[in-house]
Amino acid sequence: ERRKQVRDEWSACLTRLAETRDKTEFARLFGYFAPRVKAYLLRLGMVDATAEEVMQEAMLLVWRKAHLFNRSKASASTWIFTLARNQSIDRMRRDKVQFYELPEEEPDPDHRDMGEHSVIEDRMQEAIATLPEGQAQVLHLSYYEGKSHSEIAEQLGIPLGSVKSRLRLAFSKLKAHWGEDA
Amino acid sequence: MNISHHFDDATLMAYSAGSLPQGMALLVACHLHWCEHCRERVDATNAVGGVLLDDIEPVSLGEGALNDLLARLDEPEQELAKPVSRPSASAGQLPAPLAELVGCDIDELPWKRIGYGVRQVDLDLDGPGATRLLRISPGVSVPHHTHTGNELTLILSGSYNDEVGRFCRGDVADLDGEMEHQPLVDTDEDCICLIATDAPLKFTGLFGRLVQPFIGL
Ligand SMILES: [Zn+2]
Ligand SMILES: [Zn+2]
Repeated sequence: ERRKQVRDEWSACLTRLAETRDKTEFARLFGYFAPRVKAYLLRLGMVDATAEEVMQEAMLLVWRKAHLFNRSKASASTWIFTLARNQSIDRMRRDKVQFYELPEEEPDPDHRDMGEHSVIEDRMQEAIATLPEGQAQVLHLSYYEGKSHSEIAEQLGIPLGSVKSRLRLAFSKLKAHWGEDA
Repeated sequence: MNISHHFDDATLMAYSAGSLPQGMALLVACHLHWCEHCRERVDATNAVGGVLLDDIEPVSLGEGALNDLLARLDEPEQELAKPVSRPSASAGQLPAPLAELVGCDIDELPWKRIGYGVRQVDLDLDGPGATRLLRISPGVSVPHHTHTGNELTLILSGSYNDEVGRFCRGDVADLDGEMEHQPLVDTDEDCICLIATDAPLKFTGLFGRLVQPFIGL
């Protein structure tokens, strides 16, 4: 319950930032997200100075792209995660090709106040906490460390098929919480 | 578009985690461009990342990190150097991420013959595996092969049949090592597809072993 409140509060804060362009709202978001984004970048294997730099770039994008945040589609955490992920991919690629993704659409202002995704993400969080160790491990190696499925298979000494089936099992548990109330 | 074959959950999770090689990420983005069903699924796989970001143990930042950034907020924004997609006859034919990358019509691409009835364009992207466009003539079948890693195929036009089913424009085949297959083009139209792998294919028949050096997928 507490977690859900926190998540709603940050989504509301990001929505206000888009509307007001208020730097104190940005500073609040920075206080919560910047240390997490940097932690994520370090887990991806960046050295401290690079992680700091890429975190700054990601947080600058939060400021610049706030008007594209669509609360009915994702929570602030999810949206900022995707920005940080794309920045890290751009940085780590030798040839600097951008992460391939869909063009972002301007959100419909009527849908800005829907908060149902934070409920779902809250349940997802509970579900992640109860995953069997083997499933949680592949999930963390994939999302936190950015390892490909083949790399995970090699690291754990299990077949590629097992890595994928563990991820599928984990996701089917998380997915069960997705869209129920949406 | 009538899409009936989609990605495996595990593939969309890798896309969200940012752990796919470049070519496979491109292919996923192309399918997402056409497929609302998978766009919704990606919202869910992205949310896993959001939840993990909430759960992560925060680390301390460099001194003055916030002030450094606040000072940059009013900097004029540099336009991201995004390639402008050129309007062409293929504008509706190729999904936007691919159209932006190749920047020309599908028929203007430097197609190279690599064997009987098969032409290809190597997109030459970085990373493990390969990313190619294949253009296969009617009635031609790709040699029997299995996969050591993962193989994604997106049908851009035409269609083919294999052990899994029939694949038409917009469909994806998401295969790994457990699957052995032999796609056969089943209409009188060329089948053009985007194929991305993260490891070499293993051709199984004699003909397959003979063409492998040329296809090199
Ligand atoms: Zn789909
Ligand atoms: Zn294949």
